[in-house]
Amino acid sequence: MTTHDHHDHDHGHHHGHDHDEASELSETELRVRALQTILIEKGYTDPAALDAIVETYETKIGPHIGARIVARAWADSGFRQALLADASKAAAPFGHDGKVGDHLVAVENTPDRHNVVVCTLCSCYPWDVLGLPPVWYKSFAYRSRTVKEPRAVLREFGLTVPEQSEIRVWDSTAEVRYLVLPERPAGTDGWSEEQLAELVTRDSMIGTGLPRTPAGDRA
Amino acid sequence: MNGIHDMGGMDGFGPVDPDESGPVFHGKWEGQVMAASRVMGAVGAWNIDQGRYGIEQLPPHRYLTSYYHRWLARCESALVKYGYADSDEIAAGHSLRPGKTPPRGKFTVANLDRISRRGTFTRPEPAPARFAVGDRVVAKNVHPKGHTRLPRYVRGHVGVVERLHGCQVFPDSAAMGEGDNPQWLYTVRFDGRDLWGADADPTLKVSVEAFEPYLDPA
Repeated sequence: MTTHDHHDHDHGHHHGHDHDEASELSETELRVRALQTILIEKGYTDPAALDAIVETYETKIGPHIGARIVARAWADSGFRQALLADASKAAAPFGHDGKVGDHLVAVENTPDRHNVVVCTLCSCYPWDVLGLPPVWYKSFAYRSRTVKEPRAVLREFGLTVPEQSEIRVWDSTAEVRYLVLPERPAGTDGWSEEQLAELVTRDSMIGTGLPRTPAGDRA
Repeated sequence: MNGIHDMGGMDGFGPVDPDESGPVFHGKWEGQVMAASRVMGAVGAWNIDQGRYGIEQLPPHRYLTSYYHRWLARCESALVKYGYADSDEIAAGHSLRPGKTPPRGKFTVANLDRISRRGTFTRPEPAPARFAVGDRVVAKNVHPKGHTRLPRYVRGHVGVVERLHGCQVFPDSAAMGEGDNPQWLYTVRFDGRDLWGADADPTLKVSVEAFEPYLDPA
């Protein structure tokens, strides 16, 4: 069974006949248009503001922010300590408009411990350092299984964590947001922060992947 | 409420598809729903916990559609519930009467930082923390009908306090419109075998953020 979260079947309609995908989408689009129209006509906002919000998340806020934070932590041990002590404060200069939310916590992978982040109750995610969550993060499979069988879930990402390592799962049930600080790949001595940031994948900051290696493959 | 949203530990949803990363939005409408929803939060029409509770109250068959379908359904119902539109207007697709002035006024491009920056949920401490790092605590076996952020899979289980996060807005109160009612917030770590039985992964540790009213001394 591969029931995923992104399918556009609207099981909420009861029209007594089947819709194909296209007409269901247009039904959804009509509802969205109605929603926008009401917000604008009632003066709660305007079209430019709605467009600007979408553009912010499409182009300005994304995992490149988190990657720069991780690269700095790899390059600067003082920053790494500051990040682990108070991630909101340490990461603020990297955030969009020079700020990130005040409940960011960085958790560090070590040879003995691998961290993974999930939100079982909804899809809480550190938007301000990673952007909007990927579809799989919001999927029912990821939300249901990660707290119970994380090694099986990670294997589906192609990631096998050594048997003796602790798997530490952080279920984001409140307004604390987690950023995984992955281990720095070997063979990167002397690399600049810009070079290091290129190795940091989004998934490595959630815990479902590892950074790229200098050889170009994913460790 | 013991709703469909409380998914931790459920079986049957199949494998995770890691290639399902995709574009930020699959259709233009997804971004539009996100923006509309964020705007109504930013003007103060409803708070984050009322928003989440709205999604949890969707019937399971509607919850199990897609992320942005849930947001759309929640936005429509919350507009009506909190008095910002009427259901005949939702059906008509147009405003039929004047709107209600939201607490923070109209949202324009000048207010974009309210969206791109997360708000703060920390509040002054009404009392000293009841628990300290290292304390053994038990997650209460409670099943409130309203909104709560204590997942079912930890209820009744013993864990260890690992971090304190200060006092924060209590979702169980805020979702009901009963104010912030700030409570101490802890990271509580559980052993995988305590949660999932003797056959569970012996290397697994799982934590949740638990508000003080969710916990008793173990």
